[in-house]
Amino acid sequence: MVRPFGADKPSGSESAMAKAKTIRSGTERTGIPPATLERMLYFLKLTREAESRIEQVLYRQGKIVGGVYVGRGQEAIGVGSALQLIEGDVVLPSHRDFSSFLIRGFSLADIIANWMARADTPTRGRDNTLHIGDLKLGVIPIISPLGGTCPVACGVGMVLKWRGQGNVVLVHLGEGTTSVGQVHEAMNMAGVMKLPVIFIVNNNGYAYSTPVEKQFPIKHLSARGPAYGMPGKTIDGNDVMIVYRAVGEAVARARRGEGPSFVECKTFRVTGHSAHDAAEYVPARLLRAWVKKDPIQRLEKHLLSKGIMTRESIGNLDRRIKSEIDAAVADAEARPLPQGESALQGVYCGPECWWKGRIQESGELEVTSNKEEPKPTV
Amino acid sequence: MPVLTYLEAIRQGIWEEMERDPSVFLLGEDIGILGGAFKVTAGMLEKFGAERVIDTPISESAIVGAAIGAALMGMRPVAEMQFMDFIACGFDQIVNMAAKMHYRWGPAVPIVIRGPSGAGVHGGPYHSQSNEMWFVHTPGLKVVMPATAYDAKGLIKSAIRDDNPVIFYEHKFLYRRIKEEVPEGDYVVPLGKAAVRREGNDVAIITYGAMVWTALEAAEQLEKDGISLEVVDLRTLLPYDEEAVLGSVRKCNKVILLHEDTRTGGMAGELAALIGERAFECLDGPIVRITAPDTPVPFSPPLEEYYLPNARKVIEAARKLAKY
Repeated sequence: MVRPFGADKPSGSESAMAKAKTIRSGTERTGIPPATLERMLYFLKLTREAESRIEQVLYRQGKIVGGVYVGRGQEAIGVGSALQLIEGDVVLPSHRDFSSFLIRGFSLADIIANWMARADTPTRGRDNTLHIGDLKLGVIPIISPLGGTCPVACGVGMVLKWRGQGNVVLVHLGEGTTSVGQVHEAMNMAGVMKLPVIFIVNNNGYAYSTPVEKQFPIKHLSARGPAYGMPGKTIDGNDVMIVYRAVGEAVARARRGEGPSFVECKTFRVTGHSAHDAAEYVPARLLRAWVKKDPIQRLEKHLLSKGIMTRESIGNLDRRIKSEIDAAVADAEARPLPQGESALQGVYCGPECWWKGRIQESGELEVTSNKEEPKPTV
Repeated sequence: MPVLTYLEAIRQGIWEEMERDPSVFLLGEDIGILGGAFKVTAGMLEKFGAERVIDTPISESAIVGAAIGAALMGMRPVAEMQFMDFIACGFDQIVNMAAKMHYRWGPAVPIVIRGPSGAGVHGGPYHSQSNEMWFVHTPGLKVVMPATAYDAKGLIKSAIRDDNPVIFYEHKFLYRRIKEEVPEGDYVVPLGKAAVRREGNDVAIITYGAMVWTALEAAEQLEKDGISLEVVDLRTLLPYDEEAVLGSVRKCNKVILLHEDTRTGGMAGELAALIGERAFECLDGPIVRITAPDTPVPFSPPLEEYYLPNARKVIEAARKLAKY
């Protein structure tokens, strides 16, 4: 029987407050299959190296159009969470979650080509950086006014709940974004309607130049979870195994129909806000301390100590990743820029939908008709 | 044929679309148990159930954002703003998320945001606004404002079936004050097409919403003075029917642009520029605008009466323009 929204027993009570936990590092890393751990290392490294290629090589060569925002040092959040997703789940990543796109199946060449403003990309030159989406892959992108994806995630969650297939939606946001009003509207709505939405906060210490002490008056953002009728957890965001476990727990809750969760991942932004921000406002000793807690080094150390990988197999992985990136960059660089007049197309969706067309090698668009696609079952 | 009020026509249109298409659902404040502040959704909770008629918290950004998210998942949500004055609370979601999404990465965002707008009911600054131009100025949206009961039903159906985000303005002054024969069953009125409400030859008056009735009232009086007014009801403000506007201007050679919205940045300015660009040679007199002044909508009756355009102001302007 389907129950109306809001008719579920309210969980914003003392029992929910008692459930709010702060998990410290080292307690929930066990039991992950070696194959998954190897996948984690692959995606962490692919993300790190691809973003470095974009920010430290291509950008400096003038091959990137516009600004560059990377998530160096914060890769464990995207990797640990996206690996919990199954088909039918949806994720709304932040600009620091490059890995979420890769794990869901975006091609690296498409992502790099989008940075290069080429025509044959998921945005056809209309939007930059990681503002890319694909409903078939279950990825909905941010808009620059951050926080907007939280209400959208609620709408996705409503439909997933109706369909009753146990699917969930993850929405990523930074600690600075948690100050935005509509984030609170979304958390409140997710709580009162008991939606399968997992709010994942990347608390990397700084929102551009604004440190956490100027952003909010509390120490752990997880305190906000129970205020909106959901469990809240603060975890070590630089340990991919802990992220995987904590998000997995939240995802399992949501799949069982128990509603939303809030997971705060503590990490650090070891770069500037963007490629052109030297971030001189960050104290050097703070930066040095966090670089030592690098998520990739920590996982490598774990894999080596458990004998799951050797120095040789890691070396092979590094080489494989380098050649993947080389191939993706070459592919992206070969794509032409869009034609100027194409800026006028695709404002409205209609029977002659411009987006259904195919970009040819010349950069021209071959428009095909907007064939009726099978409607998803309600 | 049954006679329905403008409000009942909207209600019937929504009801029929809910029956026709299971992906249509409603969300908003007080729309379920209460049936809506104006009773537009009365009876729908009982008929369609709580999953399809959702009473939300007071969260316009979340209401619009959730509508967008549900639309991306294949649904066709109709979100209510209890008064269109409150649409400002969901502004970012409308202009930045919904409006630009198809252009940026291709998905359809088939949402309708509907609610009561307009003055004349002593509602004061926050229950009387005509804020349509915020959205007419935003590419990617469609903006609709019916003036008749027949159109209200046909246009809400078209809006719900449209694959783009549509902002649907219902003029609250017209809700129960106008009624006409409205066919039972399915019919649509297309978006983007104006309608000539009254044919004329001397002066064209381009308008929309409740002001259509003000123009018609003025036309009756002007007929006695031997001045024949052609009244054009835009119906859709974005995209608007350029050919209908230019056609009537070319026919009458004189034009009045009338709206309840304030003067600066209003639709009349946009139309005046279009007419100046494309029908300059046809004009036998200056383009005239009749609008509210550039103030918030005032509350006390003498203030509101002074503020609003009315038939007397239209008659005065038409007589002067006819003599030019």
